[in-house]
Amino acid sequence: MAEVLVLVDHVDGAVRKPTLELLTLARRIGDPVAVHLGPGAEAAATVLAEHGAVRVLAADAPEFTDYLVVPKVDALQAAAAAVSPAAVLVASSAEGKEIAARLALRLDSGIITDATDLVAGDDGPVATQSVFAAAFTTRSRVSRGVPVITVKPNSAPVETAPAAGTVEPLAVTFGELATGTKIVARTPRQSTGRPDLTEAAIVVSGGRGVNGAENFSVIEALADSLGAAVGASRAAVDAGWYPHANQVGQTGKSVSPQLYIANGISGAIQHRAGMQTSKTIVAVNKDAEAPIFDLVDYGVVGDLFQVVPQLTEEVKARKG
Amino acid sequence: MSLRIVVAVKYVPDATGDRHFADDLTTDRDAVDGLLSELDEYAVEQALQIAGAADDAEITVLTVGPEDAKDALRKALSMGADKAVHVEDDALHGTDVIGTSLVLAKAIEHVGYDLVVTGMASTDGTAGVVPALIAERLGIPQVTLLSEVAVTDGKVTGRRDGDAASEQLEASLPALVSVTDQSGEARYPSFKGIMAAKKKPVEALDLSDLGIDASDVGLGGAWTAVQDATQRPPRTAGTIVKDEGEGGKQLAAYLAEQKFI
Ligand SMILES: Cc1cc2nc3c(=O)[nH]c(=O)nc-3n(C[C@H](O)[C@H](O)[C@H](O)COP(=O)(O)OP(=O)(O)OC[C@H]3O[C@@H](n4cnc5c(N)ncnc54)[C@H](O)[C@@H]3O)c2cc1C
Ligand SMILES: Cc1cc2nc3c(=O)[nH]c(=O)nc-3n(C[C@H](O)[C@H](O)[C@H](O)COP(=O)(O)OP(=O)(O)OC[C@H]3O[C@@H](n4cnc5c(N)ncnc54)[C@H](O)[C@@H]3O)c2cc1C
Repeated sequence: MAEVLVLVDHVDGAVRKPTLELLTLARRIGDPVAVHLGPGAEAAATVLAEHGAVRVLAADAPEFTDYLVVPKVDALQAAAAAVSPAAVLVASSAEGKEIAARLALRLDSGIITDATDLVAGDDGPVATQSVFAAAFTTRSRVSRGVPVITVKPNSAPVETAPAAGTVEPLAVTFGELATGTKIVARTPRQSTGRPDLTEAAIVVSGGRGVNGAENFSVIEALADSLGAAVGASRAAVDAGWYPHANQVGQTGKSVSPQLYIANGISGAIQHRAGMQTSKTIVAVNKDAEAPIFDLVDYGVVGDLFQVVPQLTEEVKARKG
Repeated sequence: MSLRIVVAVKYVPDATGDRHFADDLTTDRDAVDGLLSELDEYAVEQALQIAGAADDAEITVLTVGPEDAKDALRKALSMGADKAVHVEDDALHGTDVIGTSLVLAKAIEHVGYDLVVTGMASTDGTAGVVPALIAERLGIPQVTLLSEVAVTDGKVTGRRDGDAASEQLEASLPALVSVTDQSGEARYPSFKGIMAAKKKPVEALDLSDLGIDASDVGLGGAWTAVQDATQRPPRTAGTIVKDEGEGGKQLAAYLAEQKFI
């Protein structure tokens, strides 16, 4: 069977969940070959093998951490030359999309970004996209070259499928452009201990209605009772009440959890663009006319400062 | 020596309108009014600030799009850009990201540049990959998704706020920069700016001016093929309750019924 390259998204060998989802999708098209760049390949290989990687091509060099994007493109290009893949799959993070784009150009291939599903088709993989703020669903394929496809988190189940996962060194020659953009300093984001926003099964969000940074504790308390991630609207972020990293929407994160709870959020098109594909949508808003209520499976018209703490207590009580 | 800045700006259907696909599965541009992509206003703003901090700079705004796309250029000129370039050609209809980046790269080379500035993503295609593609084609460093940017002594520096970390980046000119909507509010055009924009030059180019073969762009030249587009079914009306003091408990009961708790 043809091989499919999967770029591994990891932190020092700790593989992130979207990569395991890519392995599920890759198996629908062929045999997944994981490409691991940077330190930690041996640790990663164990997990990758459990999830179907037949091989793990590994390369480590300071260029991967010291320079932006291009060194990883050089490496992926080398992997594509070594494997002649049927497709290349990359997680749809900001960096992932940039790597995929440059690779597509070098492979003389088309690119599909932000796929939400992927199946095998007669003329190569067929990707589903959710477009125009999720108002339309399209199915597309790459009609020239090696399909390069970036896939949104939460688009496929994580399935175990044991395979060999043998680690093999990947030889990479860096081009002149690889060292063009230097990363002169890096400040890691502090962990909150809560689930990652894009990977969480439940997201609890707050908007302008939360009315102050200190009041976000109400939102956090509900999130913690449900084991959820915390999101925010741009209005809340712009007001400085919550970090931009938590923004949900067109210019923030796009989330697709099992359950999305919007509190004090009106439901502007740019916010909907980032959460409309959530399986179940719930909203608390004091304005019965708020557009968010057009989307909800269950809505409460009321003051979030009354409703949310009561809900939190009830969740805690029910969970015992 | 003058700093030559080219800003790529896209003309897009208004996101608050009812956007649709045409029969050939390309964007139906007649369905909704168009405008300068709001995220590209941030690019124009940062270009103006970079130019303001330089001894001498010239800003050219560039768009690839139909006749109406001139509106996007006028808006950018009224914000303070110096001149504009409009690439318009019937053969461009249905171009994908690869083709779009080809036309933009050729036009940028035609204008001449030290710095290319773009938005983080368009508000219609929202692919967010055109900036990286332009940098790849031009063979210049990409300093992308910046929430803060400065140009001094032939160097671009900026801050990129990623998922895992915030990074400080540095590259030498010529370079490509893309900026996010965290980079600082875009200015409103002043009356004076709007009047001045009417006199600023807009250069019109077509594919032959740029030496691009029509078969490399458009729907026919696209390297991706859309098979079908279906409108998302409207969500079935949900249950809406008014809080009479038990709203939180009612919601908890719903969540329990749905097996979330
Ligand atoms: C190019 C562009 C990109 C954008 N990207 C994003 C994005 O990524 N994410 C995003 O969210 N927005 C984005 N926006 C902004 C978007 O248009 C809206 O301005 C924003 O989503 C509004 O946030 P909000 O719903 O919190 O605030 P508002 O629209 O002000 O709504 C607040 C809501 O809270 C309710 N409320 C007030 N008090 C209470 C209370 N005590 N209890 C219950 N309800 C209460 C009100 O009834 C109201 O419905 C973008 C805009 C543009 C132009
Ligand atoms: C709903 C939808 C989905 C699409 N999906 C795909 C896909 O998966 N693969 C694919 O190959 N094509 C796709 N396309 C086509 C693609 O969007 C267009 O080719 C588009 O011209 C460039 O991509 P973008 O708008 O997504 O730009 P982005 O990459 O999001 O734009 C980033 C920046 O590039 C600059 N820019 C982009 N276009 C122009 C322009 N015409 N003139 C001036 N500056 C510009 C702007 O500075 C902008 O801020 C899609 C189009 C639509 C409408």
